[in-house]
Amino acid sequence: MSKPPSSSNTPSRSRDEVTDAHFMETRAKLLDLAAFLDRLERAVGADDHRVRGLRAALPILLEKDPARVAKILNLWSDPTTAPIEKSDTKAASGVWPKIK
Amino acid sequence: MRYIEPHGHMVSRTTDDYQAMALAGCKAICEPAFWAGFDRKSADGFHDYFCQLTQHEPRRALKYGLPHFAWLCINPKESEDMGLAKEVMALIPEFLKAPNVLGIGEIGLNKNTRNELKIFEAHVDLAVQHNQMILVHTPHLEDKRKGTRLIIDALKAHGKVQPGRVIIDHVEEHTMAEALDQGYWAGITLYPESKASPQRAVDMIETISAQRVWLNSACDWGHSDPLSVPKAAIEMRRRGHSSAAIDRLVYGNPLEFLSQSPKFILPEA
Repeated sequence: MSKPPSSSNTPSRSRDEVTDAHFMETRAKLLDLAAFLDRLERAVGADDHRVRGLRAALPILLEKDPARVAKILNLWSDPTTAPIEKSDTKAASGVWPKIK
Repeated sequence: MRYIEPHGHMVSRTTDDYQAMALAGCKAICEPAFWAGFDRKSADGFHDYFCQLTQHEPRRALKYGLPHFAWLCINPKESEDMGLAKEVMALIPEFLKAPNVLGIGEIGLNKNTRNELKIFEAHVDLAVQHNQMILVHTPHLEDKRKGTRLIIDALKAHGKVQPGRVIIDHVEEHTMAEALDQGYWAGITLYPESKASPQRAVDMIETISAQRVWLNSACDWGHSDPLSVPKAAIEMRRRGHSSAAIDRLVYGNPLEFLSQSPKFILPEA
């Protein structure tokens, strides 16, 4: 079965309208990201896989590809395909631990 | 506004949440069996949990005028112990007779282990044998894409699963189209951090599909918001979506999927 089409009544909005609606929350999130990176710089030790994944995702934000979210999620995903024998944890960390 | 909360772990929530959901326009709540935050040590613990889901929780919800429905399983986080998992699964057929049980769920994978996959396949077979719908939990974060593919492969491999009676829940931007392409329904879970925000969910509705999709809060004992579905509806309204489109997404879609069970009857229907 093929993918159904997207909603036919998706409203058309201008860039100004989108900016008016979402700029302030996005501005705040970007400042939080910058503050997090500053906080890391003030701390001792090396980046772990989560921070490496976060830094690797940053250039994607500046790409023109409209599928940035999917691209970042794919970057952070386990790329293997076979089930593993056993896991030593129940938790996920947010970024595949073996990310380069 | 009216909406259905198709995935909420209400045993973890207070009665204040029931009241807030009712005030926000909730017309029904569906509660899949899940992990309690710790591993239960015996099948007896699950027997009591299934009694809670089929007897106690519906009575609690009814105090706020909310019909309560349930899905049963042993969740993937407790499926590593296959002996326990099989004991718990042996309890399920008797509980399927309860008037509020809609199917098997939320089954799936957590860390994508071989034992999790075997128990997932056993649950799928149980559902097919008993002509039950299936609610699938896809793994968290970095494990989601791989787990979603393993799950879809396993569903296909069974051979007797009807995709239209299965919802693949917790989809995100990188897994949603894959679920829909295979004919399954897709659930978008609205979490403050670890899944989709209301804004991202509406983006997905606009760019991937608004059909065969439901929104849910999956509110539980962790960081979650039982009012996230109406908040997504507000986001749609803010973007100029029509009242009919909003109603279709947050009420009509879950009603269509869930009504495949003859037990899913709402008082006003």
